[in-house]
Amino acid sequence: MPKYELRLSGSGGQGLILAGIMLGEAASIYDNKEATQSQSYGPEARGGASRSEVIISDKPIDFPKVRQADFMLSMTQESYDKYISGLREEGVLLTDSFFVTKVKPRTGPVYSMDLTKIAAEKAGKKIVANVVSLGAIVALTNVVSLEAMKKAVLDRAPSGTEEMNLKALEEGYNAALELKGKILQEMKK
Amino acid sequence: MKMVKNKFMQGNAACVEGAISAGLKFYAGYPITPSTEIAELCAEKLPKIGGRFIQMEDEIASMGAVIGASFAGVMSMTATSGPGFSLKQENLGYASFVEAPCVVVNVMRSGPSTGLPTSPAQSDVMQAKWGTHGDHPIIVLCPDSVKSMYELTIRAFELSEEFRVPVILAADEVIAHMREAIEIRDDLKPVQRRYTTKKPGEFKPYDDSEGLVPPMAKFGDGYRFNTTGLMHDTEGFPTSDPVKSQKLQDRLRDKIEKNLEKIVSVKTYNMDDAEVAVFAYGSTARSAMAAIVEARSNGVKAGLIVPETLWPFPEKIISMYAEKVKAFVVAEMNMGQMVYEVERCMHGKAKLLTVFQANGELIKPELILNRIKEAVK
Repeated sequence: MPKYELRLSGSGGQGLILAGIMLGEAASIYDNKEATQSQSYGPEARGGASRSEVIISDKPIDFPKVRQADFMLSMTQESYDKYISGLREEGVLLTDSFFVTKVKPRTGPVYSMDLTKIAAEKAGKKIVANVVSLGAIVALTNVVSLEAMKKAVLDRAPSGTEEMNLKALEEGYNAALELKGKILQEMKK
Repeated sequence: MKMVKNKFMQGNAACVEGAISAGLKFYAGYPITPSTEIAELCAEKLPKIGGRFIQMEDEIASMGAVIGASFAGVMSMTATSGPGFSLKQENLGYASFVEAPCVVVNVMRSGPSTGLPTSPAQSDVMQAKWGTHGDHPIIVLCPDSVKSMYELTIRAFELSEEFRVPVILAADEVIAHMREAIEIRDDLKPVQRRYTTKKPGEFKPYDDSEGLVPPMAKFGDGYRFNTTGLMHDTEGFPTSDPVKSQKLQDRLRDKIEKNLEKIVSVKTYNMDDAEVAVFAYGSTARSAMAAIVEARSNGVKAGLIVPETLWPFPEKIISMYAEKVKAFVVAEMNMGQMVYEVERCMHGKAKLLTVFQANGELIKPELILNRIKEAVK
Protein backbone atom coordinates (compact mmCIF):
# COMPACT_ATOMS: atom_id res chain seq x y z
CA MET A 1 0.00 0.00 0.00
CA PRO A 2 1.36 3.45 -0.86
CA LYS A 3 1.25 6.26 1.69
CA TYR A 4 -2.30 6.99 2.88
CA GLU A 5 -3.09 10.14 4.86
CA LEU A 6 -6.11 10.42 7.17
CA ARG A 7 -7.41 13.39 9.09
CA LEU A 8 -10.01 12.84 11.84
CA SER A 9 -11.67 16.09 12.86
CA GLY A 10 -14.36 17.18 15.25
CA SER A 11 -14.52 18.97 18.56
CA GLY A 12 -12.66 18.28 21.77
CA GLY A 13 -14.37 15.47 23.69
CA GLN A 14 -15.51 13.39 20.71
CA GLY A 15 -12.56 11.07 21.20
CA LEU A 16 -10.91 11.70 17.85
CA ILE A 17 -7.38 11.92 19.18
CA LEU A 18 -7.83 8.54 20.82
CA ALA A 19 -9.39 7.22 17.61
CA GLY A 20 -6.29 8.35 15.70
CA ILE A 21 -4.04 6.60 18.21
CA MET A 22 -6.06 3.37 17.92
CA LEU A 23 -5.90 3.56 14.13
CA GLY A 24 -2.13 4.05 14.29
CA GLU A 25 -1.81 1.11 16.67
CA ALA A 26 -3.94 -1.12 14.45
CA ALA A 27 -1.67 -0.31 11.50
CA SER A 28 1.73 -0.41 13.18
CA ILE A 29 1.35 -3.00 15.93
CA TYR A 30 -1.14 -5.45 14.39
CA ASP A 31 -0.87 -4.97 10.61
CA ASN A 32 2.93 -4.49 10.65
CA LYS A 33 2.75 -1.29 8.64
CA GLU A 34 4.42 2.02 9.29
CA ALA A 35 2.30 4.68 10.97
CA THR A 36 2.68 8.12 12.47
CA GLN A 37 0.02 9.97 14.41
CA SER A 38 -0.08 13.59 15.46
CA GLN A 39 -2.78 15.89 16.72
CA SER A 40 -3.79 19.46 17.33
CA TYR A 41 -2.04 20.73 20.39
CA GLY A 42 -2.51 23.68 22.70
CA PRO A 43 -5.44 26.09 22.75
CA GLU A 44 -6.98 24.73 19.52
CA ALA A 45 -7.32 21.26 21.07
CA ARG A 46 -9.66 22.56 23.78
CA GLY A 47 -12.96 23.24 22.06
CA GLY A 48 -13.41 24.57 18.58
CA ALA A 49 -12.21 22.31 15.84
CA SER A 50 -9.62 19.71 16.77
CA ARG A 51 -7.95 17.09 14.66
CA SER A 52 -5.92 13.92 14.78
CA GLU A 53 -3.77 12.93 11.82
CA VAL A 54 -2.62 9.46 10.88
CA ILE A 55 -0.31 8.47 8.04
CA ILE A 56 -0.12 4.78 7.15
CA SER A 57 2.33 3.26 4.67
CA ASP A 58 4.20 0.09 3.77
CA LYS A 59 7.43 2.07 3.66
CA PRO A 60 9.07 4.27 6.33
CA ILE A 61 7.28 7.62 6.59
CA ASP A 62 9.40 10.71 6.04
CA PHE A 63 7.36 13.94 6.39
CA PRO A 64 5.17 13.17 9.42
CA LYS A 65 2.32 15.64 8.86
CA VAL A 66 -0.67 15.29 6.56
CA ARG A 67 -0.17 17.35 3.39
CA GLN A 68 -3.13 16.39 1.16
CA ALA A 69 -5.45 14.05 3.02
CA ASP A 70 -6.72 10.95 1.21
CA PHE A 71 -9.48 10.60 3.78
CA MET A 72 -11.22 12.97 6.16
CA LEU A 73 -13.69 12.40 8.94
CA SER A 74 -15.71 15.40 10.14
CA MET A 75 -17.77 15.04 13.28
CA THR A 76 -18.80 18.73 13.42
CA GLN A 77 -19.72 21.40 10.88
CA GLU A 78 -16.97 23.67 12.24
CA SER A 79 -14.27 21.06 11.70
CA TYR A 80 -15.60 20.32 8.21
CA ASP A 81 -15.44 24.02 7.32
CA LYS A 82 -11.97 24.39 8.78
CA TYR A 83 -10.28 21.35 7.26
CA ILE A 84 -12.14 20.48 4.03
CA SER A 85 -9.60 22.37 1.91
CA GLY A 86 -6.93 19.91 3.10
CA LEU A 87 -8.75 16.92 1.57
CA ARG A 88 -7.73 15.85 -1.94
CA GLU A 89 -10.48 16.46 -4.48
CA GLU A 90 -10.78 12.71 -5.13
CA GLY A 91 -10.33 11.92 -1.43
CA VAL A 92 -12.92 10.15 0.70
CA LEU A 93 -15.11 12.23 3.03
CA LEU A 94 -17.01 10.75 5.98
CA THR A 95 -19.28 12.97 8.05
CA ASP A 96 -21.61 12.60 10.98
CA SER A 97 -24.83 13.59 9.23
CA PHE A 98 -26.43 14.91 12.42
CA PHE A 99 -23.70 17.50 13.01
CA VAL A 100 -22.49 18.18 9.47
CA THR A 101 -25.38 19.47 7.42
CA LYS A 102 -23.71 21.62 4.78
CA VAL A 103 -21.35 19.75 2.47
CA LYS A 104 -20.17 21.28 -0.79
CA PRO A 105 -20.40 19.18 -3.96
CA ARG A 106 -17.12 17.40 -4.68
CA THR A 107 -15.54 14.84 -7.03
CA GLY A 108 -14.63 12.29 -4.37
CA PRO A 109 -17.20 10.21 -2.52
CA VAL A 110 -19.14 11.66 0.41
CA TYR A 111 -20.36 9.26 3.06
CA SER A 112 -22.88 10.87 5.38
CA MET A 113 -23.58 8.57 8.30
CA ASP A 114 -25.46 8.81 11.58
CA LEU A 115 -22.31 7.92 13.49
CA THR A 116 -23.39 9.30 16.86
CA LYS A 117 -26.91 7.91 16.51
CA ILE A 118 -25.56 4.46 15.65
CA ALA A 119 -23.38 4.66 18.75
CA ALA A 120 -26.31 5.57 20.98
CA GLU A 121 -28.92 3.26 19.51
CA LYS A 122 -26.96 0.22 18.35
CA ALA A 123 -23.99 0.12 20.73
CA GLY A 124 -25.64 1.69 23.75
CA LYS A 125 -23.78 4.97 24.31
CA LYS A 126 -23.04 8.12 22.33
CA ILE A 127 -19.51 8.12 23.72
CA VAL A 128 -18.45 5.28 21.37
CA ALA A 129 -19.20 7.32 18.24
CA ASN A 130 -15.43 7.50 17.69
CA VAL A 131 -15.27 3.70 17.56
CA VAL A 132 -18.28 3.57 15.21
CA SER A 133 -16.25 5.93 13.01
CA LEU A 134 -13.25 3.62 13.13
CA GLY A 135 -15.42 0.74 11.93
CA ALA A 136 -16.64 2.94 9.09
CA ILE A 137 -13.07 3.99 8.23
CA VAL A 138 -11.99 0.35 7.93
CA ALA A 139 -14.92 -0.42 5.62
CA LEU A 140 -14.48 2.68 3.48
CA THR A 141 -10.69 2.72 3.11
CA ASN A 142 -9.33 -0.79 3.91
CA VAL A 143 -6.37 1.07 5.32
CA VAL A 144 -6.14 -1.45 8.16
CA SER A 145 -7.69 -4.88 8.57
CA LEU A 146 -10.84 -5.27 10.66
CA GLU A 147 -8.99 -7.84 12.79
CA ALA A 148 -6.19 -5.38 13.59
CA MET A 149 -8.69 -2.64 14.35
CA LYS A 150 -10.57 -4.92 16.75
CA LYS A 151 -7.38 -5.75 18.63
CA ALA A 152 -6.35 -2.11 18.87
CA VAL A 153 -9.79 -1.09 20.18
CA LEU A 154 -9.75 -3.89 22.75
CA ASP A 155 -6.30 -2.78 23.97
CA ARG A 156 -7.65 0.65 24.79
CA ALA A 157 -11.23 -0.18 25.89
CA PRO A 158 -11.64 0.33 29.64
CA SER A 159 -12.48 -2.88 31.48
CA GLY A 160 -16.20 -3.63 31.24
CA THR A 161 -16.71 -1.75 27.98
CA GLU A 162 -15.13 -4.28 25.62
CA GLU A 163 -18.41 -5.62 24.32
CA MET A 164 -19.89 -2.15 23.72
CA ASN A 165 -16.78 -1.05 21.85
CA LEU A 166 -16.68 -4.15 19.66
CA LYS A 167 -20.37 -3.71 18.91
CA ALA A 168 -19.74 -0.07 17.98
CA LEU A 169 -16.91 -1.08 15.66
CA GLU A 170 -18.98 -3.74 13.91
CA GLU A 171 -22.04 -1.54 13.55
CA GLY A 172 -19.93 1.22 12.02
CA TYR A 173 -18.23 -1.27 9.72
CA ASN A 174 -21.46 -2.89 8.51
CA ALA A 175 -23.36 0.35 8.01
CA ALA A 176 -20.47 1.85 6.06
CA LEU A 177 -20.04 -1.23 3.90
CA GLU A 178 -23.68 -1.07 2.91
CA LEU A 179 -23.52 2.65 2.19
CA LYS A 180 -20.27 2.26 0.24
CA GLY A 181 -21.96 -0.23 -2.13
CA LYS A 182 -24.82 2.18 -2.78
CA ILE A 183 -22.70 5.30 -3.24
CA LEU A 184 -20.17 3.65 -5.53
CA GLN A 185 -23.02 2.33 -7.69
CA GLU A 186 -24.54 5.82 -7.87
CA MET A 187 -21.18 7.31 -8.82
CA LYS A 188 -20.87 4.81 -11.70
CA LYS A 189 -24.17 5.98 -13.19
CA MET B 1 17.93 -13.11 23.31
CA LYS B 2 16.65 -9.58 23.39
CA MET B 3 13.06 -9.23 24.47
CA VAL B 4 11.12 -6.53 22.69
CA LYS B 5 7.65 -5.19 22.89
CA ASN B 6 6.26 -3.05 20.15
CA LYS B 7 4.60 0.10 21.42
CA PHE B 8 3.02 3.05 19.67
CA MET B 9 4.00 6.14 21.64
CA GLN B 10 4.94 9.81 21.66
CA GLY B 11 8.54 10.96 21.48
CA ASN B 12 8.32 12.31 25.02
CA ALA B 13 7.15 8.90 26.27
CA ALA B 14 9.97 7.20 24.35
CA CYS B 15 12.43 9.53 26.09
CA VAL B 16 11.18 8.37 29.50
CA GLU B 17 11.33 4.70 28.42
CA GLY B 18 14.90 5.21 27.23
CA ALA B 19 15.91 7.05 30.39
CA ILE B 20 14.52 4.30 32.62
CA SER B 21 16.25 1.61 30.54
CA ALA B 22 19.49 3.53 30.97
CA GLY B 23 19.03 3.59 34.75
CA LEU B 24 17.30 6.90 35.49
CA LYS B 25 16.46 7.10 39.19
CA PHE B 26 16.00 10.83 39.79
CA TYR B 27 14.04 13.52 38.00
CA ALA B 28 13.67 17.12 39.14
CA GLY B 29 11.88 19.60 36.98
CA TYR B 30 9.35 22.30 36.43
CA PRO B 31 6.77 21.37 33.79
CA ILE B 32 6.71 23.38 30.60
CA THR B 33 5.07 22.91 27.22
CA PRO B 34 5.98 20.97 25.06
CA SER B 35 8.10 18.82 27.39
CA THR B 36 5.48 18.26 30.11
CA GLU B 37 4.72 14.61 29.29
CA ILE B 38 8.29 13.76 30.30
CA ALA B 39 7.69 15.14 33.80
CA GLU B 40 4.27 13.49 34.04
CA LEU B 41 5.58 10.06 33.05
CA CYS B 42 8.60 10.32 35.35
CA ALA B 43 6.26 11.25 38.22
CA GLU B 44 4.22 8.15 37.48
CA LYS B 45 7.01 5.68 36.79
CA LEU B 46 10.00 6.56 38.98
CA PRO B 47 8.41 5.90 42.39
CA LYS B 48 7.49 2.39 41.18
CA ILE B 49 11.11 1.46 40.50
CA GLY B 50 12.67 2.94 43.62
CA GLY B 51 13.37 6.30 42.03
CA ARG B 52 12.36 9.82 42.99
CA PHE B 53 10.49 12.59 41.21
CA ILE B 54 10.48 16.15 42.52
CA GLN B 55 8.64 19.09 41.07
CA MET B 56 10.84 22.00 42.07
CA GLU B 57 9.96 25.65 42.48
CA ASP B 58 11.61 26.57 39.18
CA GLU B 59 14.05 25.44 36.50
CA ILE B 60 17.12 26.82 38.28
CA ALA B 61 16.42 24.75 41.37
CA SER B 62 15.58 21.70 39.22
CA MET B 63 18.99 21.81 37.61
CA GLY B 64 20.59 22.18 41.05
CA ALA B 65 18.73 19.13 42.34
CA VAL B 66 19.81 17.11 39.30
CA ILE B 67 23.47 17.96 39.97
CA GLY B 68 23.09 17.02 43.65
CA ALA B 69 21.49 13.69 42.78
CA SER B 70 24.23 12.99 40.26
CA PHE B 71 26.92 13.50 42.91
CA ALA B 72 24.94 11.25 45.24
CA GLY B 73 25.41 8.48 42.68
CA VAL B 74 22.16 8.19 40.75
CA MET B 75 21.37 8.79 37.10
CA SER B 76 19.51 12.05 36.97
CA MET B 77 17.60 14.02 34.38
CA THR B 78 15.46 17.08 33.86
CA ALA B 79 13.37 18.25 30.90
CA THR B 80 12.32 21.69 29.81
CA SER B 81 11.73 24.00 26.87
CA GLY B 82 13.04 27.40 25.70
CA PRO B 83 12.26 29.74 28.62
CA GLY B 84 13.17 27.02 31.13
CA PHE B 85 16.32 26.15 29.23
CA SER B 86 17.42 29.76 29.56
CA LEU B 87 16.96 29.56 33.32
CA LYS B 88 18.96 26.36 33.52
CA GLN B 89 22.03 27.87 31.91
CA GLU B 90 23.77 29.01 35.10
CA ASN B 91 23.62 25.60 36.74
CA LEU B 92 24.35 23.91 33.44
CA GLY B 93 27.69 25.72 33.45
CA TYR B 94 28.22 24.55 37.01
CA ALA B 95 27.43 20.94 36.04
CA SER B 96 29.88 21.17 33.19
CA PHE B 97 32.65 22.63 35.37
CA VAL B 98 32.23 20.29 38.36
CA GLU B 99 31.83 17.43 35.85
CA ALA B 100 28.46 16.15 37.05
CA PRO B 101 27.04 13.56 34.64
CA CYS B 102 23.39 14.38 33.89
CA VAL B 103 20.89 14.60 31.05
CA VAL B 104 18.92 17.72 30.18
CA VAL B 105 16.11 17.36 27.64
CA ASN B 106 15.17 20.56 25.84
CA VAL B 107 12.05 20.10 23.73
CA MET B 108 12.52 23.11 21.48
CA ARG B 109 9.58 25.42 20.88
CA SER B 110 9.37 28.66 19.02
CA GLY B 111 11.11 31.64 20.68
CA PRO B 112 12.51 34.09 21.63
CA SER B 113 11.09 34.60 25.14
CA THR B 114 7.74 32.79 25.55
CA GLY B 115 7.38 32.77 21.74
CA LEU B 116 4.89 30.27 20.34
CA PRO B 117 4.62 27.86 23.27
CA THR B 118 2.96 24.97 21.44
CA SER B 119 4.85 25.21 18.15
CA PRO B 120 8.09 23.56 17.06
CA ALA B 121 11.43 25.27 16.51
CA GLN B 122 15.13 24.45 16.40
CA SER B 123 16.30 27.79 17.66
CA ASP B 124 18.15 26.69 20.80
CA VAL B 125 20.91 24.76 19.05
CA MET B 126 23.56 27.46 19.55
CA GLN B 127 22.31 28.14 23.08
CA ALA B 128 22.73 24.44 23.86
CA LYS B 129 26.44 24.83 23.19
CA TRP B 130 27.09 28.42 24.20
CA GLY B 131 24.19 29.38 26.49
CA THR B 132 26.20 29.33 29.68
CA HIS B 133 29.22 31.55 30.08
CA GLY B 134 32.80 30.42 29.85
CA ASP B 135 34.47 27.67 27.84
CA HIS B 136 32.87 24.43 28.83
CA PRO B 137 32.52 20.88 27.55
CA ILE B 138 29.03 19.77 26.63
CA ILE B 139 27.45 17.20 24.28
CA VAL B 140 24.23 17.86 22.36
CA LEU B 141 22.22 15.09 20.66
CA CYS B 142 19.27 15.56 18.32
CA PRO B 143 16.54 12.94 17.62
CA ASP B 144 14.61 12.79 14.32
CA SER B 145 12.04 10.09 15.14
CA VAL B 146 10.33 8.51 18.13
CA LYS B 147 12.74 5.58 17.82
CA SER B 148 15.74 7.88 17.84
CA MET B 149 14.34 9.77 20.84
CA TYR B 150 14.40 6.43 22.70
CA GLU B 151 17.86 5.45 21.49
CA LEU B 152 19.50 8.86 21.88
CA THR B 153 18.19 9.22 25.44
CA ILE B 154 20.01 6.01 26.32
CA ARG B 155 23.07 7.28 24.45
CA ALA B 156 22.85 10.57 26.39
CA PHE B 157 23.20 8.72 29.69
CA GLU B 158 26.09 6.62 28.36
CA LEU B 159 27.99 9.66 27.14
CA SER B 160 27.29 11.71 30.25
CA GLU B 161 28.79 8.98 32.45
CA GLU B 162 31.69 8.14 30.18
CA PHE B 163 32.83 11.74 29.88
CA ARG B 164 31.38 13.26 33.09
CA VAL B 165 29.50 15.93 31.16
CA PRO B 166 25.96 17.21 30.98
CA VAL B 167 24.36 15.91 27.79
CA ILE B 168 21.57 17.91 26.17
CA LEU B 169 18.90 16.07 24.20
CA ALA B 170 17.74 18.78 21.78
CA ALA B 171 14.38 17.46 20.60
CA ASP B 172 11.66 19.54 18.99
CA GLU B 173 7.90 19.70 19.49
CA VAL B 174 7.14 17.62 16.39
CA ILE B 175 9.29 14.66 17.44
CA ALA B 176 8.21 15.01 21.09
CA HIS B 177 4.49 14.81 20.33
CA MET B 178 4.18 12.56 17.32
CA ARG B 179 3.46 8.88 17.84
CA GLU B 180 5.28 6.04 16.09
CA ALA B 181 5.79 2.39 16.89
CA ILE B 182 9.06 1.51 18.61
CA GLU B 183 10.60 -1.59 20.08
CA ILE B 184 11.22 -1.28 23.78
CA ARG B 185 14.02 -3.58 24.87
CA ASP B 186 13.85 -5.09 28.31
CA ASP B 187 17.32 -6.62 28.43
CA LEU B 188 19.32 -3.40 28.61
CA LYS B 189 21.76 -3.09 31.47
CA PRO B 190 21.75 0.27 33.24
CA VAL B 191 24.64 2.56 32.36
CA GLN B 192 27.48 2.15 34.85
CA ARG B 193 29.45 4.93 36.49
CA ARG B 194 33.18 4.61 36.88
CA TYR B 195 34.01 4.87 40.59
CA THR B 196 37.40 5.37 42.18
CA THR B 197 39.34 2.39 43.44
CA LYS B 198 41.30 4.63 45.81
CA LYS B 199 40.63 4.75 49.54
CA PRO B 200 39.05 7.77 51.22
CA GLY B 201 41.91 10.11 52.06
CA GLU B 202 43.81 9.19 48.89
CA PHE B 203 40.98 10.15 46.54
CA LYS B 204 41.15 13.38 44.55
CA PRO B 205 37.89 14.37 42.80
CA TYR B 206 39.67 15.94 39.80
CA ASP B 207 42.67 13.67 39.57
CA ASP B 208 44.16 14.06 36.09
CA SER B 209 46.93 11.50 36.46
CA GLU B 210 45.05 8.51 35.05
CA GLY B 211 43.29 9.94 32.04
CA LEU B 212 41.11 12.78 30.91
CA VAL B 213 38.01 11.72 32.85
CA PRO B 214 38.57 11.33 36.60
CA PRO B 215 36.67 8.49 38.34
CA MET B 216 34.05 9.63 40.84
CA ALA B 217 33.20 8.90 44.46
CA LYS B 218 29.70 8.76 45.86
CA PHE B 219 28.56 11.25 48.50
CA GLY B 220 27.90 9.29 51.65
CA ASP B 221 30.40 6.50 50.99
CA GLY B 222 33.02 7.92 53.31
CA TYR B 223 34.85 10.03 50.73
CA ARG B 224 35.20 13.66 51.77
CA PHE B 225 35.92 16.09 48.99
CA ASN B 226 35.22 19.63 47.90
CA THR B 227 33.62 20.75 44.70
CA THR B 228 33.18 24.31 43.48
CA GLY B 229 32.26 26.45 40.52
CA LEU B 230 35.46 28.40 41.07
CA MET B 231 38.56 27.41 39.14
CA HIS B 232 39.83 24.39 41.07
CA ASP B 233 42.82 22.12 41.53
CA THR B 234 42.80 18.31 41.40
CA GLU B 235 41.55 18.19 45.01
CA GLY B 236 38.58 20.34 44.13
CA PHE B 237 39.70 23.45 46.06
CA PRO B 238 39.68 26.94 44.56
CA THR B 239 42.88 28.04 42.90
CA SER B 240 44.02 31.08 40.95
CA ASP B 241 47.26 29.45 39.85
CA PRO B 242 47.50 30.12 36.08
CA VAL B 243 49.31 26.83 35.37
CA LYS B 244 46.70 24.75 37.21
CA SER B 245 43.89 26.83 35.67
CA GLN B 246 45.11 26.27 32.13
CA LYS B 247 45.70 22.58 32.81
CA LEU B 248 42.09 22.16 33.89
CA GLN B 249 40.78 24.10 30.88
CA ASP B 250 42.90 21.94 28.58
CA ARG B 251 41.67 18.71 30.13
CA LEU B 252 38.01 19.77 29.91
CA ARG B 253 38.48 20.54 26.22
CA ASP B 254 40.51 17.42 25.51
CA LYS B 255 38.13 14.96 27.14
CA ILE B 256 35.70 15.79 24.32
CA GLU B 257 38.04 16.80 21.47
CA LYS B 258 40.27 13.73 21.83
CA ASN B 259 37.27 11.39 21.88
CA LEU B 260 35.36 12.64 18.86
CA GLU B 261 35.31 9.17 17.30
CA LYS B 262 33.46 7.82 20.33
CA ILE B 263 31.04 10.74 20.51
CA VAL B 264 30.19 12.02 17.04
CA SER B 265 27.49 10.21 15.14
CA VAL B 266 26.01 11.15 11.77
CA LYS B 267 23.48 9.35 9.57
CA THR B 268 23.75 9.68 5.80
CA TYR B 269 21.32 8.72 3.04
CA ASN B 270 22.08 8.47 -0.68
CA MET B 271 25.33 10.36 -0.25
CA ASP B 272 27.51 7.98 -2.30
CA ASP B 273 26.81 9.64 -5.66
CA ALA B 274 25.16 12.84 -4.40
CA GLU B 275 25.70 16.14 -6.18
CA VAL B 276 23.65 18.03 -3.63
CA ALA B 277 23.92 17.34 0.08
CA VAL B 278 21.07 18.41 2.33
CA PHE B 279 22.07 19.02 5.95
CA ALA B 280 19.10 18.79 8.32
CA TYR B 281 18.45 17.57 11.84
CA GLY B 282 15.49 16.74 14.10
CA SER B 283 12.06 16.90 12.50
CA THR B 284 13.49 18.97 9.62
CA ALA B 285 15.41 15.84 8.60
CA ARG B 286 12.03 14.21 7.90
CA SER B 287 11.09 17.01 5.52
CA ALA B 288 14.54 16.80 3.96
CA MET B 289 14.14 13.05 3.44
CA ALA B 290 10.90 13.63 1.54
CA ALA B 291 12.69 16.32 -0.50
CA ILE B 292 15.66 14.14 -1.52
CA VAL B 293 13.37 11.25 -2.52
CA GLU B 294 11.39 13.67 -4.69
CA ALA B 295 14.60 15.18 -6.11
CA ARG B 296 15.90 11.71 -7.06
CA SER B 297 12.64 10.94 -8.85
CA ASN B 298 13.21 14.17 -10.80
CA GLY B 299 16.68 12.99 -11.76
CA VAL B 300 18.63 15.16 -9.32
CA LYS B 301 21.25 13.27 -7.32
CA ALA B 302 20.48 14.51 -3.82
CA GLY B 303 21.66 13.03 -0.54
CA LEU B 304 21.01 13.75 3.12
CA ILE B 305 23.29 14.27 6.11
CA VAL B 306 21.58 14.02 9.49
CA PRO B 307 23.78 14.75 12.50
CA GLU B 308 22.74 12.87 15.63
CA THR B 309 25.44 14.81 17.46
CA LEU B 310 25.07 18.56 17.00
CA TRP B 311 27.90 19.29 19.47
CA PRO B 312 30.69 18.49 19.14
CA PHE B 313 29.93 19.44 15.55
CA PRO B 314 30.71 16.71 12.98
CA GLU B 315 33.41 18.76 11.25
CA LYS B 316 35.26 15.96 9.46
CA ILE B 317 32.30 14.49 7.64
CA ILE B 318 31.09 17.89 6.45
CA SER B 319 34.55 18.78 5.15
CA MET B 320 34.79 15.39 3.44
CA TYR B 321 31.47 15.77 1.61
CA ALA B 322 32.15 19.43 0.75
CA GLU B 323 34.98 18.09 -1.45
CA LYS B 324 32.61 15.71 -3.25
CA VAL B 325 29.34 17.59 -3.84
CA LYS B 326 28.47 20.63 -5.92
CA ALA B 327 26.30 22.21 -3.26
CA PHE B 328 25.01 21.98 0.28
CA VAL B 329 21.46 22.88 1.28
CA VAL B 330 21.08 23.62 5.00
CA ALA B 331 17.52 23.53 6.35
CA GLU B 332 16.65 24.43 9.92
CA MET B 333 13.66 25.74 11.87
CA ASN B 334 15.39 28.95 12.93
CA MET B 335 16.81 32.02 11.24
CA GLY B 336 20.16 30.35 10.54
CA GLN B 337 22.29 28.80 13.29
CA MET B 338 24.03 25.49 12.51
CA VAL B 339 24.55 26.83 8.98
CA TYR B 340 27.56 28.78 10.23
CA GLU B 341 29.21 25.58 11.42
CA VAL B 342 28.45 23.88 8.11
CA GLU B 343 29.83 26.85 6.19
CA ARG B 344 32.98 26.89 8.32
CA CYS B 345 33.64 23.22 7.65
CA MET B 346 32.94 23.48 3.92
CA HIS B 347 36.06 25.65 3.43
CA GLY B 348 34.38 27.26 0.43
CA LYS B 349 34.55 24.02 -1.57
CA ALA B 350 30.88 23.95 -2.61
CA LYS B 351 27.92 26.24 -3.11
CA LEU B 352 25.73 26.86 -0.05
CA LEU B 353 21.95 27.34 -0.16
CA THR B 354 19.64 27.66 2.82
CA VAL B 355 16.08 27.19 4.03
CA PHE B 356 15.38 29.03 7.27
CA GLN B 357 11.92 29.22 8.76
CA ALA B 358 10.89 30.28 12.28
CA ASN B 359 7.12 30.69 12.06
CA GLY B 360 6.16 27.75 14.28
CA GLU B 361 5.58 25.35 11.37
CA LEU B 362 7.55 22.37 10.23
CA ILE B 363 9.44 23.20 7.02
CA LYS B 364 7.59 21.75 4.03
CA PRO B 365 9.56 19.38 1.76
CA GLU B 366 8.78 21.58 -1.29
CA LEU B 367 10.87 24.43 0.12
CA ILE B 368 13.89 22.16 0.44
CA LEU B 369 13.22 20.58 -2.96
CA ASN B 370 13.19 24.03 -4.59
CA ARG B 371 16.63 24.79 -3.16
CA ILE B 372 17.96 21.40 -4.32
CA LYS B 373 16.77 22.21 -7.84
CA GLU B 374 18.32 25.70 -7.70
CA ALA B 375 21.59 24.16 -6.56
CA VAL B 376 22.02 22.14 -9.78
CA LYS B 377 20.84 24.83 -12.19
